[in-house]
Amino acid sequence: MSNNVIVLAGGLSHERDVSLRSGRRVAQALRETGHTVVEADINASLIDTIASLDEPVVFPVLHGGAGEDGALREVFDLLDIAYVGSTGSASRIAFDKAVMTPTVAAAGIATPQQSALPTDMFRELGAGNLVGALATKIGFPMMVKPARSGSALGSAKVDDASALPAAVVGAFSYGDVAIVAEFIEGTEVAVSVIDLGDGPVALPAVEIRPSSGVYDYTARYTAGATRFLAPAPMDADVAAACAQMALSAHRALGLRDLSRTDMIVRDGVPYFLEVNVAPGMTETSLLPLAIEASSARFADVCAALVGVARARSFGEDGVADGDASA
Amino acid sequence: MSSLEPSRRDTRLDSYIDQYADRTASMTVSAVRALFSVANRPEVVSLAGGMPNIADLPLKDLGASFDQLIQTKGIQAMQYGSGQGELFMREHIVDVMAEEAVHANADDVVITCGSQQALDLVTRIFVNPGDVVLCEAPSYVGALGTFNAYQADIHHVAMDEHGLIPSAIRDAVTALRAAGKHVKFLYTIPNFNNPTGITQPVERRKEILAVAQELSLLIVEDNPYGLLTIEGEPLPALRSMDPGVIYLGSFSKTFAPGFRIGWVLAPHAVRERLVIAQEAAVLSPPVFSQFAIANYLENFDWRAQIVNFREMYRARRDATLQGLADHMPPTATWTHPTGGFFVWLTLPEGLDSQALLARAVNERVAYVPGNAFYADGFGSRNMRLSYCFPTPERIYEGTRRLGKVIRDELEMRETFGLPATDTPHTPVIGPAPDLS
Repeated sequence: MSNNVIVLAGGLSHERDVSLRSGRRVAQALRETGHTVVEADINASLIDTIASLDEPVVFPVLHGGAGEDGALREVFDLLDIAYVGSTGSASRIAFDKAVMTPTVAAAGIATPQQSALPTDMFRELGAGNLVGALATKIGFPMMVKPARSGSALGSAKVDDASALPAAVVGAFSYGDVAIVAEFIEGTEVAVSVIDLGDGPVALPAVEIRPSSGVYDYTARYTAGATRFLAPAPMDADVAAACAQMALSAHRALGLRDLSRTDMIVRDGVPYFLEVNVAPGMTETSLLPLAIEASSARFADVCAALVGVARARSFGEDGVADGDASA
Repeated sequence: MSSLEPSRRDTRLDSYIDQYADRTASMTVSAVRALFSVANRPEVVSLAGGMPNIADLPLKDLGASFDQLIQTKGIQAMQYGSGQGELFMREHIVDVMAEEAVHANADDVVITCGSQQALDLVTRIFVNPGDVVLCEAPSYVGALGTFNAYQADIHHVAMDEHGLIPSAIRDAVTALRAAGKHVKFLYTIPNFNNPTGITQPVERRKEILAVAQELSLLIVEDNPYGLLTIEGEPLPALRSMDPGVIYLGSFSKTFAPGFRIGWVLAPHAVRERLVIAQEAAVLSPPVFSQFAIANYLENFDWRAQIVNFREMYRARRDATLQGLADHMPPTATWTHPTGGFFVWLTLPEGLDSQALLARAVNERVAYVPGNAFYADGFGSRNMRLSYCFPTPERIYEGTRRLGKVIRDELEMRETFGLPATDTPHTPVIGPAPDLS
């Protein structure tokens, strides 16, 4: 049985650097568990690389852009390539906050009030009118962020109307649609979900306490800049509600294998922020912390995810020699 | 709230977070730096990095020559060497400096791991935490990093189209000394300044030296690009007019940066301390690299190679200037370098080059935001464009993409009625917008 894995990292998105770091960590974990790993980027030789290997499983660790928006996964589906993670169609919905948030809200999940507006609308209808309406409807403080981006890039908290236009322009630097959402003050928590073949399971919640007060790009990827508590110190019923929210989002969006849901807990009630189909796997990322908090090993979970993808595509048990169960 | 469970992990993911020196406080991950990762992709026209283009070096002949070097002098070349650097190499350096009218004694040269380490050593022996280092506004980002590492108090001195303004040097030093500050030296790149591309004319050099003499101000002259003149003849270095100047040189641009060989030329007493500092830092600069470069200088026509480099960079500079003329909005301005690697672009009012970078990456073009070259947050309206590495055709395409990015941002700001003066990190100082 093949134990070939292609860890796909890099890409052309703004999060390329994070992706490369995630990819190196996943590749190392899979080598530790006996896999033969090829690290690849998205380029014209990728399909040939995949074709040259015996029954490879692709482990996409691409953040943002074609790697996370479903485009590449659609290609994998088209070419019957085995891969870890959600399908192209599910990823497409999950990656776009303009579509994702209403989808999970329709499933009964508490979400902040939000509006998703493309650049064209501001241009054609007059920005002043829309900015005024947003101020009235959403209120301050509010969060402004790109609809299709991650790692808090292009995101800003806006406290008053004077700062709103610049924040929206900033979000449009990353894409054509901006999300303006109600700001919910509370405890920032992430709950990861993994499905190793027996159905989705929520891992312990991780509480995030950035030293600067803001969980921005620097706080996310500078070791020491953020304090993490895993499992998050919260009452059992709140922890259960957080876990339930992550599982509900995972199911409502039709996700597969792994996801991470970010939420804010206010007065014991979790509010959904977003879900990630390609969670960060860096040394400072949340999913690896959650795995450790569940008493599993990161390497074993990566191996098991590959096994699940292999079994799904090749109809075997898919677990390479040397794998340990997570 | 339930009590903490024994298995709970409470971590900042860095066991030593409370033990780092204060000088590391700014050593954090940044989103802007991360964006440069994309610049390495072939789809992106990178006008960001200052990598010299060494593709035209005679690699096959160099290979044969280095092979011979190892066979004949390998035992010596791969051994520890002198902390000051090998004498034969220092003698070659004296010959190289003579090309820019610097006449020196090999005894006063200290070889370093690139001129970056020369900068480090000079700062190490002169600067206590809180001491003032003066530098151009804007100045080389790598120098700012070194000064920061030694906790220097960096003050920028205004430039005009001829570089540092002598009266601004005098005003700054006078005010700082009156405030009880120790001004240790003025750091300057007189030729094709990084990042502006501006060159000090000879008359300006004399004026700067006169002011420095009047103020008893030490000058540290960094001259990595001086021989890469693409209009006119190389100008005499500051050091050629004043032996008190500390002079930094490098083979990184005139040969190849991978060898990591630079040097300091300093007055005798300073040189003594530099050698001791160098021994403490690295024992000896790379010996093999010194043999390799000496071998190149002895066996190849390095002067002809520099002429080739000049022609190659001239074509790239011209493509940059033509591209900017064709694609920039009328309210953008830029410098016209006569050598070196860089053009300094001033954006239309209201635009912020750091905020613009994400949009630029979307359009597959990259540059370095201007505030990287200031220690005090200025420069948000500027960007450094490097023309050294991509082909002229790619550079021209890069300027087209950049023009679109700027126009799109202007349109966006107009849509939102953002004022033209909305520049959060400014006022912009340094090269004025009318430098074109």
